[in-house]
Parts: sequence; structure tokens; C-alpha cells
Amino acid sequence: MSEPGDLARFTWGVRVVHWAFALLMFTCMVTAVILYNGAIMLALGHRHLVETIHVWCGLALPVPVVLGAVSAAFRSDVRRLNRFRPDDWKWLRSRTRRDGAIRVGKFNAGQKVNAWLVLGATAVLLATGTVMNWTGLVRLSWRSGATFVHDWYALALGLLVVGHIWYAVRDREALRGMWSGRVSNEWAHDEHRAWADEDRVSGAGQGASRRR
Amino acid sequence: MAPRRSTPRDGDGEGAPVGRRVVLGLLGLGALGVVTGERIQGGLGRLMAHDPTGLTALVPVGDSWRYYSVTGSVDRRAASSYSLAVSGLVDRPATFSFADLQDLPQVSFDDTFHCVTGWKVPDVPWGGVRVSEVLDRVGVRDDAVGVRYHSFDGTYTVNMTLDQARADDVIVVLSMYDEPVTHEHGGPVRTYSGSMYGYKATKWLSEIEVTSDNAPGYWEQRGYPLDGFIGE
Repeated sequence: MSEPGDLARFTWGVRVVHWAFALLMFTCMVTAVILYNGAIMLALGHRHLVETIHVWCGLALPVPVVLGAVSAAFRSDVRRLNRFRPDDWKWLRSRTRRDGAIRVGKFNAGQKVNAWLVLGATAVLLATGTVMNWTGLVRLSWRSGATFVHDWYALALGLLVVGHIWYAVRDREALRGMWSGRVSNEWAHDEHRAWADEDRVSGAGQGASRRR
Repeated sequence: MAPRRSTPRDGDGEGAPVGRRVVLGLLGLGALGVVTGERIQGGLGRLMAHDPTGLTALVPVGDSWRYYSVTGSVDRRAASSYSLAVSGLVDRPATFSFADLQDLPQVSFDDTFHCVTGWKVPDVPWGGVRVSEVLDRVGVRDDAVGVRYHSFDGTYTVNMTLDQARADDVIVVLSMYDEPVTHEHGGPVRTYSGSMYGYKATKWLSEIEVTSDNAPGYWEQRGYPLDGFIGE
């Protein structure tokens, strides 16, 4: 699978977290559309079954993330995503952000923002979904508010996920990185130059490692 | 080449913790939405009430209907071939055609439909026959305790006590919005209970059975309270 000159981008553990989360999110989104759209709901019916799948996949969403925390590589990626450097702000504002003039680390600023929007929105959807499902937890007006928040956050998160998939499909090497764990030197140099150069600079094990 | 910083990687504690801020911001906004969302949704609904494009139906703006069905697709029934059976602990079991129901004394009122999960539709015009009116026609026996509504979807049932069923706002619905009840809303005939959550109503009504108990119905067997009064 790996070619000479490949760089290790994501460990096995990180990829399992990503794809387990993605599968659960996909199931939540499909069932959400069935539950929300009246025409589809009435054609398929079986609301309780669809609802049960939606609720339990939603509740399971934190599981891969929490289990991922035992992986040092996952924790390292999370730390990288968390911190915004001055270059990240510049990258977000730049119209020529892809030309390589701004040295991007392992994650560009868009990937960083996406990761946290997904996490934050998922947490809010979990909380509001919980009070909608277990109706005795909060009073009716808050359940109405929770439904309102759940609807809008779900719509926004759905668009975000569609955008994420759009970018992934357009960049096959990025997709290969999340599927097989490895990316080409050229791609890393073009898209994530500071990360590609890390080994040469510090030689630390958490950076890009070469296989020759 | 320009000299590089010794450890220029992200994640080493350098830079602003934007991730944490984004998450906390979204959580805060979500909490604010939970507390104020009911009023915002009402306001948006009034604002968007006259949308000529119809595009707002695609997004969750305002208080709008959500259509539930607990089985596979439900057969459509025409009002002309409709019949309602009233059975169980009654003196004179009977079936009512749509026309029979129209001949009984009619009531109509505007009332807000509340789903137990939180969504609602304000000021829906309901019209039809009080359940108490139907029960009086067939005569309820002294040992009766409850009423069980059956749906012609073949699965849905819901119960209430006789006292609850005799309330003024518990009706066999023949019209919504001054029009025949659509299939989506459970037509040609459904029930509505003004003081109770939506799950205490029955879409696609086929039978009212007077029972010796108040056994849990479809959603109550799946965890909802037996008494579904709004606000509880």
C-alpha cells in the first residue's frame, strides 16, 4: 500500500476514531432526514424504530472520541487542532491560501475550525436530543427550545459534513491519508509544508516519519 | 532558505486555544437557544407566515407540523367509505359512517397542538364531535373504566380514562383548518385531546373501544406517561 517516499499521516487508532465517528454521524443524518421530512416519514413509517436508531447512534458518538484518548497520536492531533497560530488567521483571510506561501502545519486553519465546529455542534445536539427523548428531564418550554436548537444545529452540522466530504472527494490524496494513513511527499509538501518539514527540523517521533 | 524556528509545530502550547473557544461558544449559544428558543420560534413563525416561495418549508423556521407514522405506509381511506366502530363495554355497539358523525352535534375550537418532545403548532382550528357525545349514543356500561382508541394503521392504540375521554376538548376530528382532515394528519377521521400531548391523539381512527381498564397504549408502552397532560 505504501510507496517509497510516503509520509505517515494518521495512525491506525486515529483512523478508527474518524471512521467510527463518521459511520455513526452518517446514520444519524440519514435517520434525521427520515424523522424530519414529512413525506419520507409517511412513506417509510416505523417512526419508533427510526427514532431508536437515531437516538442510540447519537448517544454512541462520543464513544470513539473518548476511547481515542488512550492513543497518544490521537491526543497529539487534538492538541495540534486546538492551537491557532498567527499563520492560521492569515491563512483563513488569504485568497491564495493554497499556493504554499503560508507554511501550513499538519492541519490547516479550515480543518481546525471544522473539527471544533463538529465537536461543539455534536455536543449540543447530544444535550438537546437527550432532553427531547427523555421528556421528564426539563420543563416543556425548554423542550421546545431544545427542539429549536436541535433543528438548526443539525441543519448547520449537516451542511458542514457535506462540505467536509466535498473537500475530501476533491483531494484524493487527503482522502488516502485518512483511509490508508499515508500520503505522498509531494502532497505533504504542497499542502502541509511545515508538517512535512518537521522531521528534518526536530527529529521527534510525533512528526511526519519517512519510510524509504 | 530562511532559517526555521526550532520547533514550529502546532500543538506545542503555542497559539490561541481556538478549539476550546469554538466549542464553549457553541455550547453557550445552544444553552441560550434552549432557554429562549420557544419565543424565537414563535416570532419566526409569525414573520414567515406569508412566504410566497414556500422555501421556508425546507428549513426548520417557525412552528410547523411534523408528521408521524408508527407503521409502514398507511392505506388512504375516503370519507365516503369510512366507518367508526364503537365497541366494548357498551349497551349498543354501533358503527358510524362519516355522514353519521356529521349528523351528531358539532363543536369547533382553536387550540395549540403540543408534542411531548417540545414542538408545537399554535392555534389550529379543530372541528368534530365530542367523544362524550359518541359514548352517550351507545351507552357506556357501569363496569367500564377506560376508552381505547384504535387506528386503521393496524398498530397504534392509545387509552384514556372515561373521565378524561368525556372532557369537552376531547373530540373525534372531522375537520382541521376548516377543511377535511388530510391523510397526512390522520384523515378522514382522527382524534384530538386539547389538554393532552399529541401522543394521546389517534390518527386514522377506526375504533373506539370501551374497556374495563386503562392499559398503556403504543407510546406509553415505550415509556411515555399514561396521563399525557400538557405541562407535565
